[in-house]
Amino acid sequence: MTRWRVARLVKVRDENPSARTLVFDVPGWPGHLAGQHVDVKLTAEDGYSARRSYSLAGPEGVELTVQRVPDGEVSPYLTLDMEPGDELELRGPVGGWFVWRPDGPAPVLLVAGGAGIVPLMAMVRARRAAGADTPFRLVYAVRSPERLYYADELARPDPGVSVSLAYTRRAPEGHPRPPGRLTAADLGPYGEADCYVCGPTGFVEAAAALLVELGHDPARIKTERFGPTGD
Amino acid sequence: MQTDHLDGNALAGPLAEIFTADVSAAVSRCATCGLTGPVAALRVYDRAPGLVARCPGCEEVVLRLVRGPDAAWLDLRGAVSLRIPLGGANPGAVATDGGAAGGG
Repeated sequence: MTRWRVARLVKVRDENPSARTLVFDVPGWPGHLAGQHVDVKLTAEDGYSARRSYSLAGPEGVELTVQRVPDGEVSPYLTLDMEPGDELELRGPVGGWFVWRPDGPAPVLLVAGGAGIVPLMAMVRARRAAGADTPFRLVYAVRSPERLYYADELARPDPGVSVSLAYTRRAPEGHPRPPGRLTAADLGPYGEADCYVCGPTGFVEAAAALLVELGHDPARIKTERFGPTGD
Repeated sequence: MQTDHLDGNALAGPLAEIFTADVSAAVSRCATCGLTGPVAALRVYDRAPGLVARCPGCEEVVLRLVRGPDAAWLDLRGAVSLRIPLGGANPGAVATDGGAAGGG
């Protein structure tokens, strides 16, 4: 059984104008696999509590990146109000299916839609931390440059990891790909790989269908959806 | 395209409250159409009292979970079986205390 633990915020880092990374100290944290998530519980003084699931962003420790959803119950607190020293309850790590292990030999294709980058970034970071040489390819679909997470880290060379950005609404000047929704051309050409797709539900359905169209085995496509809002 | 659902990954936390093994990594067989697949790939609707997981093949209910103040109700009538991976070599071993940390 997985119990609720008290997590104390120790550090925050803005990723972009509407998202920030929160680093927590969680005594007794048992460690986790890249791709796993935690359930977060906030309880108001009157006893009302709200729960949300957030993917772990790094290979070690409890680090979450949260997108602020206007009118959300939880994300405005996490992205604007919560300060180092404040505490919340969380449960995890949970989820043993949408995970990547550094000893996996197969090439990996990661497909992120918006905030769906978080568990996939955990996989990229876990690969680097383990010194694995598994070939990784990351295709990251994002609305506009202001919505990018981990921009500096993704721009730095990481041998064996290729990163393509697919802007869907507005691209920065000089970007080679015109803005538009993800296509088979963005994900191709086909190469045998374990595929991980994470993003809003509609994005995941579309991207998984494109992968099948390209020839990927549906049994090797793992998906994680975070619903229409992510909050 | 329906976009109002999550998937069975969202069941991992609520089911971890009940079971030691990670049920989201289990393979379920739908009682209606016979489709087998990971619980993580079920369609999960959470805009209801509790969680309703439906088969991605036929849309029938496979599993329902309602958490009350002092008990959980788990309705598995739509699942013929669950194959739950156990043991150190499986990817479904979720850490409890001292568990599958860091792949170890």
